[in-house]
Amino acid sequence: MKELSHKFSLLWLNYKKNKAIYWMALPVVLYFLVFKYLPMYGAIIAFKDYSVGKGIWGSDWVGLQHFRDFFQSYYFWRILKNTLLLSFYQLLFGFPAPILLALLLNELRHEIFKRTVQTISYIPHFISIVVICGMIVDFSSRDGLFNTIIGYFGGQSSALLSDPANFRTIYTASSIWQELGFSSIIYLAALSGINPELYDAANVDGASRLRQVWHITLPGIIPMIMILLILRIGGLMEIGFEKIILLYNPNVYDTADVISTFVYRKGISESAEFSYTTAVGLFQSVINFALLIGANRLSKVISNTKLF
Amino acid sequence: MKRSIGERLFGGANAILMTGLIIVTLYPLLHVLNASLSDSGQLMAHRGLLLFPKGITMESYKLVLSNPNILSGYRNTIFIVVVGTALNLLFTILGAYTLSRKSFMLRNPIMLAIVFTMFFNGGIIPSYLLINNTLHMGNSLWALIVPGLISSYNLIIMRTSFAEISESLLESARIDGAGEMLILWRIVVPLSMPVIAVMILFYGVGHWNSWFSAILYIRDRNLFPLQLVLREILIQNSTDSMTTGATAMDKEAIGESVKYATVMVATLPILFIYPFLQKYFVKGVMIGAIKE
Repeated sequence: MKELSHKFSLLWLNYKKNKAIYWMALPVVLYFLVFKYLPMYGAIIAFKDYSVGKGIWGSDWVGLQHFRDFFQSYYFWRILKNTLLLSFYQLLFGFPAPILLALLLNELRHEIFKRTVQTISYIPHFISIVVICGMIVDFSSRDGLFNTIIGYFGGQSSALLSDPANFRTIYTASSIWQELGFSSIIYLAALSGINPELYDAANVDGASRLRQVWHITLPGIIPMIMILLILRIGGLMEIGFEKIILLYNPNVYDTADVISTFVYRKGISESAEFSYTTAVGLFQSVINFALLIGANRLSKVISNTKLF
Repeated sequence: MKRSIGERLFGGANAILMTGLIIVTLYPLLHVLNASLSDSGQLMAHRGLLLFPKGITMESYKLVLSNPNILSGYRNTIFIVVVGTALNLLFTILGAYTLSRKSFMLRNPIMLAIVFTMFFNGGIIPSYLLINNTLHMGNSLWALIVPGLISSYNLIIMRTSFAEISESLLESARIDGAGEMLILWRIVVPLSMPVIAVMILFYGVGHWNSWFSAILYIRDRNLFPLQLVLREILIQNSTDSMTTGATAMDKEAIGESVKYATVMVATLPILFIYPFLQKYFVKGVMIGAIKE
């Protein structure tokens, strides 16, 4: 008890000395409390049978019922599988791509050419997802650009977005197109942080460029790679659903429907099963968090880098 | 330093690859631009790559710019971008400054609590219920501005940048009797214009491109931001509002080029601002990355 009151008096003194700062910080703290922490508390409706009329406290407690319903539901395996597969493809192809680009850009000797490539590669990131999906929808139509190119290679033209088999490819490829350049910035920043003396010493020792990349460049950016990888894994279950909503249709639910889109449909656009969908969303957040902690631990062990 | 044959070959292959990247990145945009300037009938008949417009005409642009939905969409989006970004900056600057002051005893706990929200949240349903039902912000443009007031990511970048400012500079201002607010707005902010430029870019583009919050909260058609109007036109394929009085065949033909013109009209502002702010944001991302 004495410890606590000691802490409080320290706090009070700090406040008196820095009144302005405390008041300036207040709006910011309020924002996070209201818009981030209050919803977290609101997630309690996942354990209740929430009805808007009764409010949060008035609604009956149902414990883990919604979770049980979800796990036993007809669609559970499908959306879980889709979420994991889509995330995995994204990770497998989309994660290394910017790293590769950064490494290749780093090898360019012509400064102006390098900067031109960089500047152009950043543009797609700033284009809105609605526009990008509009382009995809258009290019994927029967006589659109994609089918034309398929035709050049001797394939058959088809309504690409109606076939579940194509969805993951279209989704992943377009994500790479959009984010490749912008995501490479952070790796280029890390590359520029590598001590040039290391390269000089390697040159003196007669190491080829390839060896230099393997022994100096790559180890130099491993910490950055690991941190970003951890962050990615922590968001695995939340796979960018805005894009999926824009691109999918009932024909491709088989490969396209993921946890977030399921929550959106059942909670807002098609029905209003608030408690049920909150439970599903909570399930997603908890798994994400667990993956994040797991990835962090693993990274600590493997590469001695950790996020926290 | 002589380059071996292998290294020269690699350099050449790399250059070709990078050129290929430029082409793949730019071609879709070129295609859209050309299609928007094309005559719809010729466009529909065309197959294959579109390296030049077919039958140059500004007809589609005229249709787009006279569409009341587009105009109200623009109006709403501009409001959101201007007011939203201004508020974003206000709150983020306040947060970044206070959390970068070493004399602030609560700064680490608060920072931890903020970072935690980056990894765990209540989900879209509780947020929806909060904003729509509890706070009654549903169906107003404020629902698109207030919930996203501070981006934790941007806050961290700005805080890192503010922490770099020499403490002695601020200390001497304090000795001269300057209060914290004055120090913040008269000294710290002017010294941090590059970071602030980056924030304007990130927040601004975020607002310009945002559409999902609008779908969640806005029912009133003339409150639709631009991207929502776009979505109707591009993805749900209803260019009806623009083609009253045309026959069915005409409608389909008009639709083709109009879609592309709509895309251009919505994206050109960003493409214009982009070159000016480009050098800033690269620096901004790097600040966030290296000094983490």
